[in-house]
This record gives sequence, C-alpha cells and structure tokens, in this order.
Amino acid sequence: MSKEIQVKKMTDIIAAFVGYTGIHLPDDVLAKLTELRSKEDSPMAGLIYDTMFRNIELAKELDRPSCQDTGVLQFWVKCGTGFPLINELEALLKEAVLQATSETPLRHNAVETFDEYNTGNNVGKGIPTVWWDIVPNWDGCEVYTYMAGGGCMLPGHAMVLMPGEGYEGVTRFVMDRMTSYGLNACPPLLVGVGVATSVETAAMLSKKALMRPIGSHNENERAARMEKLLEDGINAIGLGPQGMGGKYSVMGVHIENTARHPSTIGVAVNVGCWSLRRGHIMFDKDLNFKVASHTGFTM
Amino acid sequence: MLEIKDSKKILTTPISAEDLKDIHTGDIIYISGSLTTCRDDVHRRVVEEGLTIPIDIRDKAIFHAGPIIRTLGEDHYEVVSVGPTTSMRMEKFEYEFVKETGVRVLVGKGGMKENTVRACQEFGCIHCVIPAGNAVVAAICVEEVVDAQWLDLGMPEALWSCRVKEFGPLIVSIDTHGSNYFEEKKIEYNKRKEEEIAKINKEVGFIK
Repeated sequence: MSKEIQVKKMTDIIAAFVGYTGIHLPDDVLAKLTELRSKEDSPMAGLIYDTMFRNIELAKELDRPSCQDTGVLQFWVKCGTGFPLINELEALLKEAVLQATSETPLRHNAVETFDEYNTGNNVGKGIPTVWWDIVPNWDGCEVYTYMAGGGCMLPGHAMVLMPGEGYEGVTRFVMDRMTSYGLNACPPLLVGVGVATSVETAAMLSKKALMRPIGSHNENERAARMEKLLEDGINAIGLGPQGMGGKYSVMGVHIENTARHPSTIGVAVNVGCWSLRRGHIMFDKDLNFKVASHTGFTM
Repeated sequence: MLEIKDSKKILTTPISAEDLKDIHTGDIIYISGSLTTCRDDVHRRVVEEGLTIPIDIRDKAIFHAGPIIRTLGEDHYEVVSVGPTTSMRMEKFEYEFVKETGVRVLVGKGGMKENTVRACQEFGCIHCVIPAGNAVVAAICVEEVVDAQWLDLGMPEALWSCRVKEFGPLIVSIDTHGSNYFEEKKIEYNKRKEEEIAKINKEVGFIK
C-alpha cells in the first residue's frame, strides 16, 4: 500500500468509527445502564430510563446520532514510535472529523475563540483535540475517541489543594461538584478524578480516567477503595437519572493518580454523561484494526 | 389549550396562562404545535442587545436546544437529532426574555433558579425538562421545520421553529405557583451529601 492509500484507509476507518460511536453506545455503558435501570423503582426514574432505552433503539434503527450534542471530538492516541502513519496521524484525525461531520452528520461544535464564530465543519484551532502517549519500540496505534458534549464538560473543575486538606479535601471537592453541576449533566454519570500535583496533571488524568472501561479499578488498593467510597457516596446522594431523583447517580467513579509535590495535591474532576460516546480502536502496522469498545462495528 | 388524551396531558399552542394553572411540578405533559429552539446567543441578542426576535413565540414554546439539521433544499430543513441543553445557562436572561417575548413554555435540561421562577409566576409560564440525551425520541416528534432565522449564529444557536406533535415526555420543573423541582431536590441532595462526606472521611485519612 502506498502511503497515500494507507492514510486514506485509516482516515475512512476513523471517520466511520466516530460516526458509529455517535449512534451506538459502548458495550460497557449499555450493560451498566441496563443494570441501573433494573434497580430503580420510582415511576419517574422508570419513565426516564424507558425514554433512554427507546432512544437507544431509535438511534440504531434510524441511524441517527443518539444525542444532538455530538461534542467536540477528542482523541487520545497511544502511538508506537514505529507506527507507519505516526507523522500523518494528527492531520488524518482532523480529516476524519471533517468526513464524519458531513457523513453522519454531526453537529457543528467548533467556535473559534476571540473571533467568536462557528467554523461550520467541526474543526478549528486545536480542534479536534489530540493527546499523545508515545510508546517506544512498538509499531501499533490505539485511538480512544471521545465526543465531549457541552453539558457534561460544564462540571469540569481542577484545583490545587494544600496537603492539610488531605483526601478529605479531595472527597469534598468531588462531592460538591456533584450537587452543584453534576445533577444537570445527565446522570447517571461516569466520574473521572485525577489526583496528582498541579492543575494540568490532575485535569489530564481526570479525562484519561473516563477512557477506562466501566467496572475497572485503580491498581492502587487505597485508590480503588476511594473509588468505591465515592461511588457509593454519590449514589447515596440520590441524583438518579437526569438528576430528578433515584437510587443511583453514577455508572462509576474512576481515579487516576501520579505522585505529588510534598506541598500540593492537584485534584480534578471530569464527568461523562449517561450517553458516554467513547470509543476504543486499535491498529496494527498493516492497519488491521480491532474495536475494544463496541461489538457491532464493521467497515 | 390543555386536553387530556389517553390519560396524556397535552398542551397545544397557543397556550394561555389559564391553561397552566392546574399544572404542577412533577407532572408529565406533552406539547403539540409551535416549538422554537432558543439558546444562549438568541437570549443574549434579545435581552442584552434589545433585538426583536424574528419568530413570534408569544403563547408558544421554546426549546433550550441546538439541533443537528440536514438541509434538504433551499429553506427546507430536517431535524436529524434534537435534545435539550443545560437550561441553567439561560437563567441570567430568562426573566427579561419571558417578559419580552411572552413565551409560555420553556423546555430544557436540568433546573433553573429564582429569575425563571419569578418570570413563571409573574407572566404565567412553566419550565419543563425532557429526558436529555434522547435526541432521536425528540426529533421524531418534529413534523416540520416551518421557519429558520438568525442562521448567522451557526447550526446550534440559530432559531429553528418547528411544528411538533405530542413532544415529550416533559417533566414540569417550575410551575406558575413558585414551585421549583430541582431546587427543592437540591436541599435533600446537599443534606445527604454532607452525611456521605462524613462517612467517607472516616476512611480516607491516608496522610499521617
């Protein structure tokens, strides 16, 4: 395959996959929502879940984006230094967004800052967002796709605590955000928490935490315990679906962490709504791909 | 007009203040007739810039929403997906907006606060939420896009005036009597939050 054909092939796959993730929810999200639906017993929660599941079916049947806010496209790439398209990757992701925007179609969500106009094609300065993890001595590439909707970006928050505030401060930081902003961000939420050293390290981790499959745990035993404590705690607040009341508020709480400066605890929270449009696709050097997030995707 | 059909409460535009009198927070209703998308920029133009809204929404409904639209031909559009956006962003404009436009029903996502409650009581208006993220359920209630204005604002922010049929389910979150579903819920949520924080804090004293 010539370089040109390779680029076109990967662009077409990513464009089709992005469109697909706007219409079909990932397997882990569907399984979790099915579980939470069965555990709610109030008529209001029942009505809301019935509407959600009817929408999931209709989106599939009519081949339309399940939520009108198809977000700002964000890509987290884990790319091997030997991956043949490493040099072309960022440009082809942008091209894939343009393609998916007209083909799916997706909503136009790129507004240039300061000049304040909608570009009308979903790309702009720094959009789509691309974050890189470079993997030495590997020739594959994994791409996490994410549609960052406005409603669920609003609760996002990061700050640096003094160590005296401790993990108790982290707890309050997360819990306060749930009752102020979380209830309007389409619960049941997936809550990502970054615990690190500065605002940007914590913030990046809080987003990365949302890429983990639901049901996974932090490998540190205490961090995993805190995930469970926060999950139970936020559920007990009783936000329920759409924040209108119910037994379950979240699909999970994921904490990602790094070491910290002795004088700081960087903390951030980032949430995904129930309609978590996250995809995970893995390429080998010949551009054979596997999709980890969705069983139904084919080219 | 308010009618009850197959035990469904349906408001059909034009809607009067009288039609809203017996509607209370927590009720489930549906809307038929005229529903126009109106979000941040439209509110800003009307309230801050004093522009006249180019679509008459008096006694009708607005939807805090930015749809995905497919253009079918000149001035001919289709709503592919449409669902509510966070209503709270419109809170700072909503009293003046309702006063200025005479709109009767606001549809959106999540709660709103005292400005909107005051508008609803004074001018006879309600705020409802449609379960969000259900953009196909909502889109298939749209029979036709009858007018599109302020297209310079871009697809999400423009005014898309739709004829809808039994658009819903809508859960009433602010009624004409001063009740506010989410603000009342928030008191419960905050109380339980404090109890949960106290419980968690017993187990996270990792810094010794």
